[in-house]
Amino acid sequence: MIEFILNNNKIKTDKPNGSLLVDFIREHQHLKGTKIGCREGDCGACTVLVGESKKGKMEYQQIPSCLTPMGNISNKHVVTIEGLNMESLSPVQQSFVAESGTQCGFCTPGFVVALSQYCLSHKASNYDNAIASMSGNICRCTGYKPIEKTALHVTKALKNKDTDQTIQWLVDHKYIPTYFNAIPKRLSELKKEIKKETSGILVGGGTDLYVQKHEHLIDLEVDLISDRPDLKYIKIDDYTFYLGSALTVTDLLESKAFCGIFSKLSKQMKLISSAMIRNVSTLAGNFVNASPIGDMTAFFIALNARIILSNHKTTRTILLKDFYKGYKDLDLSKNEILTEIQIDIPKVNGHFNFEKVSKRTHLDIASVNSAALIIEKNGIIEKAHISAGGVGPIPLYLEKTSNYLQGKALTKEVIIEANEILQSEISPISDIRGSEKYKRLLLRQLFFAHFIELFQINLLG
Amino acid sequence: MKNIDSKGHVTGKSIYLDDIPTIQGTLYAAVYSSPSAHGIIQSVDYSKALALFGVEKILTFDDIKGENQIGGIFPDEELLAEKEVHFQGQPIAVVIAKSESIAFKARKLIEIDILEKEVIIDAREAQKKGQLIMPPRIFKSGNLDLAWSVCEYIFEGRASSNGQEHLYLETQGAYAIPLENGNIKISSSTQGPTAVQRAAAKVLDVGMHNIEVDVVRLGGGFGGKEDQATPWAIMAAMGVQILNKPVKLILSRMDDMKMTGKRHPYDSDYKIGLSKDFKILAYEVHFYQNAGAAADLSPAVLGRTLFHATNAYHIPNTRLTAYSCKTNLPPNTAFRGFGGPQGMFVIEAALAHAAKKLKISTHILQKKNLLKTGDEFPYGQIAEGVVLNKLWSDLDSKFDLKAVENRIHNFNQENTYSKKGFSLMPIAFGISFTKTPMNQARALVHIYSDGTVGISTGAVEMGQGVNTKMLQIAASSFGIHPNKVKLETTNTTRVANTSPTAASATADLNGKALLKACTALLERLKNSVAIKFDVNIDNVSFENDLVYIDNVPTEMTWEQLVDQAFLERVCLTENGHYATPIINFDMETQKGHPFAYHVFGLALTEVTVDCLRGTYEFDAVKIIHDFGKSMNPSVDMGQIEGGLVQGMGWMTLEEIRYNKEGRLLSNTLSAYKIPDIYAVPKEIIVYPVETEGSEMAILKSKAVGEPPLMYGIGAYFAIDKAVMAFNPNAKLEMSAPFTAEKVLMGLY
Repeated sequence: MIEFILNNNKIKTDKPNGSLLVDFIREHQHLKGTKIGCREGDCGACTVLVGESKKGKMEYQQIPSCLTPMGNISNKHVVTIEGLNMESLSPVQQSFVAESGTQCGFCTPGFVVALSQYCLSHKASNYDNAIASMSGNICRCTGYKPIEKTALHVTKALKNKDTDQTIQWLVDHKYIPTYFNAIPKRLSELKKEIKKETSGILVGGGTDLYVQKHEHLIDLEVDLISDRPDLKYIKIDDYTFYLGSALTVTDLLESKAFCGIFSKLSKQMKLISSAMIRNVSTLAGNFVNASPIGDMTAFFIALNARIILSNHKTTRTILLKDFYKGYKDLDLSKNEILTEIQIDIPKVNGHFNFEKVSKRTHLDIASVNSAALIIEKNGIIEKAHISAGGVGPIPLYLEKTSNYLQGKALTKEVIIEANEILQSEISPISDIRGSEKYKRLLLRQLFFAHFIELFQINLLG
Repeated sequence: MKNIDSKGHVTGKSIYLDDIPTIQGTLYAAVYSSPSAHGIIQSVDYSKALALFGVEKILTFDDIKGENQIGGIFPDEELLAEKEVHFQGQPIAVVIAKSESIAFKARKLIEIDILEKEVIIDAREAQKKGQLIMPPRIFKSGNLDLAWSVCEYIFEGRASSNGQEHLYLETQGAYAIPLENGNIKISSSTQGPTAVQRAAAKVLDVGMHNIEVDVVRLGGGFGGKEDQATPWAIMAAMGVQILNKPVKLILSRMDDMKMTGKRHPYDSDYKIGLSKDFKILAYEVHFYQNAGAAADLSPAVLGRTLFHATNAYHIPNTRLTAYSCKTNLPPNTAFRGFGGPQGMFVIEAALAHAAKKLKISTHILQKKNLLKTGDEFPYGQIAEGVVLNKLWSDLDSKFDLKAVENRIHNFNQENTYSKKGFSLMPIAFGISFTKTPMNQARALVHIYSDGTVGISTGAVEMGQGVNTKMLQIAASSFGIHPNKVKLETTNTTRVANTSPTAASATADLNGKALLKACTALLERLKNSVAIKFDVNIDNVSFENDLVYIDNVPTEMTWEQLVDQAFLERVCLTENGHYATPIINFDMETQKGHPFAYHVFGLALTEVTVDCLRGTYEFDAVKIIHDFGKSMNPSVDMGQIEGGLVQGMGWMTLEEIRYNKEGRLLSNTLSAYKIPDIYAVPKEIIVYPVETEGSEMAILKSKAVGEPPLMYGIGAYFAIDKAVMAFNPNAKLEMSAPFTAEKVLMGLY
């Protein structure tokens, strides 16, 4: 039995935990405001909110209900557009009307729900965050300008939001219905999911698995890892970050410690999927999916990350770059699970950069991505770790290039020479994301970009 | 007035096809389609699928009682393939089951054996092999051969534009339910209810009167549901005919992308001749339209390419030849602009090419050749009410083109890895269906005895706000509050024999019909007042829900008047019929006056290219647009901005890819990218220009649906300029979309 609160109603259901939230909402609960546009997390028409009580505060995130297994909302508060409706329109809804932010209307409930998440956050209002809240929502009619105006309108209206008492303030100002106040108490009264015998299939956020095998998974009981506290932590000591494998990208972005070291993280992560996918997709999921273009994989390979693999009996540690043996072929035995990621904290003279180019800059799969960690002292490269995605059957650690750079001076000539080596250790193929020739050229450019971004080296002149 | 559907949309209460409450016993259908792009079906084994628990029936061509034919213009397209398949995704069978997931599972169990035949995906190759949908269509004007001899400059080249996925957020679908006596009601997400009704009757071998088609609204159409909503509706109706149970068929996104046609890719050879002072004297083009595997609307789309081949320019001598080429792709279809954008892209490419060679700015050539009132289009219509020169000077005075040019030049001097470019894009777009008989519409108005009003027209609401405009017409005609007026669903039993909601003309046609109906009702009501108060009928008017005499309010309310009229047995229902006057076209001579009027506009686009990574961002698009007298500025503005961004998507990000075997590779939203909120220009400014409008436009408010899409073409040429600023030697093919890949390959 899975118990959760859907809008203002307590739900108990014996649906398989691998079945999808969107189908439960639409077909079982007959709440038709949540739409189906793509079933792959790429349009946002099915956006709903999921709320949990964390440190006494309700934290709401926007998620794609088309990729969310029912088990992942156990004991949580799910809010659909119907759950935001009141007798009169909320300021978010009013703004969409006033600014003509809706035409055919099919995407609109998703946008309204996503922008409502921005209202519900405990951060001070900020226009960029308002837009970011809707980064996973696609509209084919308006050209987005009226939606930008709506975001501006709402941002201004939230200027005096009390971020210590966010929910109460929003209730008082009629952004959300009053029932929101009682949710924390009602959630605490729900019974924990009683585990049934499962198929043994591991599922994190589901953002890749449900795109690939949705028809296969919806009837199954699966092993969900997203809410396992033993896999969801960030620990830090003098030299190392210890990251639970079920952490999401959003978790990293919310970590002051992590952002303290990676100061450009939010800019870099903006290039990776959308706010709503970042909310649910796990690091382990990205690594295990073994996509040659996995963005987080490229990111962590360049950090020379170690991963901890354990089964019931033993635990072993390997480098992430050694995890990949061939296309979608992992150094992972049957009962093993990826539990932790460890990275050494880059020293003061360690410089990190992440680059990605895709057809569409945001919410798109990379044509090529690359990350670089360069330890530099007095103009000499002490150590370099360069990764690249989209240029081979697996996420690549550019071993030869990295080795070549070690001990070399940071000069234009060295970098150009390094590119020659780089070109020899990649094997891109022509596909929908670009021709082989393009990918080679693009990786050269991104490789150069690391040095231009980090050291302002002029490579053109 | 804001779009009347807004409140329903923002609360999620608006009903789309898949939201219609299902009747108990409803069955669900999934379409089984050809895995091969061209071949002969040897055998299909349905036995495993049929054995799956919950499968009720698998429909094939054998189950068709009437004609297995859905071709609209030419009868060349089967509903369900019988012997030969012509594209991957061509429907062969329909699995009907107790649930959608059972239907999908069963579909996977079908086994097929196909004898493969040669696959053609390229239009030129098809043309070479004589694979044409119809004979080439040619427009001629002046004396081209003579004109070449007096040209100072002649440039020849090739330009191509790719297709475009409609990507309406709501996929195709239909829900058919049995009525008594063998009648069937189909709820369809279609722009053409009559097209669905007509085709369904033919396939089911029943009369059109046996089929009722109802449309609440569409979650986007953009032309993709003009002709191609039909097959799914018929399949659902076939299920009803055979099983006598309700059948729902909703395409998954992947099915939709795989099975439906898109904007036509075009490849073209152009030759343009200029005088010494840069007047275009001669223009010759061969257009190769990739029609896909069946005609669908391709012949009509091809026509509009020819009509707009010279865009907003006057060119006295032309020969424009267009081939509709038959390939093994899904039949391509209507898409906002309907072939017009493809024609305009080529003339803009030719001008950009000429300007590069002449080492001048393209806009000098553009301005020099702008169309003027009295100029003749290659198809014989004389241009009227042309305001292009005024638009140009308005734009110049507002934004100072010289200053823009200098600013961009200076930026490019100062920046190494970042270059800017700008372009101008004028448009002249003809309004009317180019097939003259389609320019008719009807509206049915009921005034209920309590004074409220119900309106039915042939217009389909798909986000463009046509229902809002209809409501405005009725409310303002009767002088009553808009909340007394209701727009009914679009239904073939209330308004019959409709043209599809298309060609930007729907508000004009249906609005004019509605206005006629309202005017007739007004006359009767005024007459009733005139008798009661013993005044002349001309002295009676209605405003603010009151009866006015000599412009002075009386105590008589609208409700009292309607009540009185009802008791007097005045007919409170009226059917208005409108057919656009004047327009004509002679297919023999390819001359005539096909358009009621033209819409004009001009866009200035600025882009910044990241020359390190090959990516780009649009700084601004500034538009001067001829709305006539807009009857709803907020609705019309939405069409301009939305159309622009859709056009920019076609020119930049949106890349349809098929492999050699005719399989769609860009078959999901993760592989086919339309603009997101970060991809749009940082600034879009739209200035309306004050013009008289046209008498042929509803309330002089000019049609606005398609024209703005073509402003997006400017995006291509702005990027082209920026790339050239970085690499003046770039050998760029004129080939849209200008993806990040093409940019980087052009930069280095």
